[in-house]
Amino acid sequence: MTGLIVAADGVNVAQNVGFGIIAFGMIFAALCVVSTKNVVHAALWLVVVLGGVAAQYILAAAEFVAVSQVLVYIGAVMVLFLFGIMLTRARIGSEEGLNNTGWQLGIPVALVLLGLMSYVIVDTVRDTIIPDRGPAPTEALADQILSPYLVPFLAISFVLLAAAIGAIVLARKD
Amino acid sequence: MVQFAIEIPYWGQSLLRVVGGLVAVLLPAGGIVYLFLFKMMSFMQSRLGPMEAGPYGSLQLVAEVGKWMQKEDLAPERADVPIYKIAPLIVLLSTFLLIVVVPFGPDAYFTDFETGIFYAMAVGSVSVLGILIAGWSSANKYSLLGGLRAAGQLIAYELPMVLATLGVVIQAGSMNLNQIVVAQNDGEIFGFGGLGNPFIITQFVGFLIFMIAVQAELTQVPFDMPIAESELVSGYMTEYSGFRFLIFFIAEFATAGVFAFIASILFLGGWGIPFDWFGWDGADLGTVDNWMNVAGPIIMATKMFILVAIIMWVRFSYPRFREDQLQTFAWKFLIPLSLANIAATAILKVSF
Repeated sequence: MTGLIVAADGVNVAQNVGFGIIAFGMIFAALCVVSTKNVVHAALWLVVVLGGVAAQYILAAAEFVAVSQVLVYIGAVMVLFLFGIMLTRARIGSEEGLNNTGWQLGIPVALVLLGLMSYVIVDTVRDTIIPDRGPAPTEALADQILSPYLVPFLAISFVLLAAAIGAIVLARKD
Repeated sequence: MVQFAIEIPYWGQSLLRVVGGLVAVLLPAGGIVYLFLFKMMSFMQSRLGPMEAGPYGSLQLVAEVGKWMQKEDLAPERADVPIYKIAPLIVLLSTFLLIVVVPFGPDAYFTDFETGIFYAMAVGSVSVLGILIAGWSSANKYSLLGGLRAAGQLIAYELPMVLATLGVVIQAGSMNLNQIVVAQNDGEIFGFGGLGNPFIITQFVGFLIFMIAVQAELTQVPFDMPIAESELVSGYMTEYSGFRFLIFFIAEFATAGVFAFIASILFLGGWGIPFDWFGWDGADLGTVDNWMNVAGPIIMATKMFILVAIIMWVRFSYPRFREDQLQTFAWKFLIPLSLANIAATAILKVSF
């Protein structure tokens, strides 16, 4: 279990401390998402969580993924979320009845998920310390996507295209 | 960073970068407001503009900032105050995040980001968030309408902007802004290297699309539907006063400057001069003389002011688009055109 200790040999201490700080901020923001009494506030706390994810990617030297995270989630998805909320129901001040009545059911699910993921991660990594490799060049990423992973990539593109066409069909009135 | 004779500690370098970033954002913003908004606009409307404060009214900016700073920081009674107060800062934050990847010389950059242009496009879209929540939290129907219009417009014009830069990325073979500069100044047009190969020549369609998209992203006339003063007072900015209005104002013109910097890097050769003139080698930036770190920012500033002059010229000359025309123009004309541009660039890149 030395891999879990913050300051073991060969572990980048600053990186671990940074991870801890960002992770704490993300957990706090995630709790705020579900506990706040205003829909827009919840959406904005979600922006903080997603920004934290991007920061974690930067910390793990995955620049391209981090930038994609900002572009897709903060720049597009959250803006569309807010756009939708503001066009329909976005009152200023607190609102009642935002909580799902069966929210307690979420707790066991979350615990099971936590246990499962911790087990898988600890089981895979064990005592190995993943070496500091620095940022991966974007070309290497592109080479991976466009040669060994070409078929999954095309399949995902196809699914996205189908979803986009479906959205247009649903939105058309005539 | 530049190798100095004395070793600068890390905190010193960071401090220098922060100061440099502030200068690179605020100095162009001030210059743009004085040169174009005060003087060029007055000239085009046959008046003098500010003349009293300082020679030719050049201290008017100081007076304006002083005026805004001493005004009371008001918030509407029913506004969502914390969000109302943080919204302008998010818009300004997006501008400061943009300047981080802009290189001003072979060694004069804040950070040498591998995916520079992709990053710029991503953080440029963060300002939409600030505008949207500014409109919502003001508790004012005009503000909300303005915010929604702004968000719709910015989403629509972000796409042609990203797609227009893709042509440049394909041609330069890199997303790093410094590499894009090198590719242009080291390139040749049919074996003639005396001019380099500024991408404005080969990517002229991309340049036009990019500049139109920048105009729309900055909500400058003819794309100022979100802040149309005759119907929406001032859109999402209606309720803001004093210092927070000043932040919106600075962000608008600073972003104009930063986007002009990025456009000059993508299409006009950035900080460089054709490497052929001095026999520099594009594959090794170390061969570029050190004085380029001083000349580079001046060259960049010149190109930036020329591009902003075009933006402002259009702003002062044309009437406003209608909302539906604006959306149709982006989705049905600019996006297909930029996709065609990408296809043509890719085919030519592979065949040559």
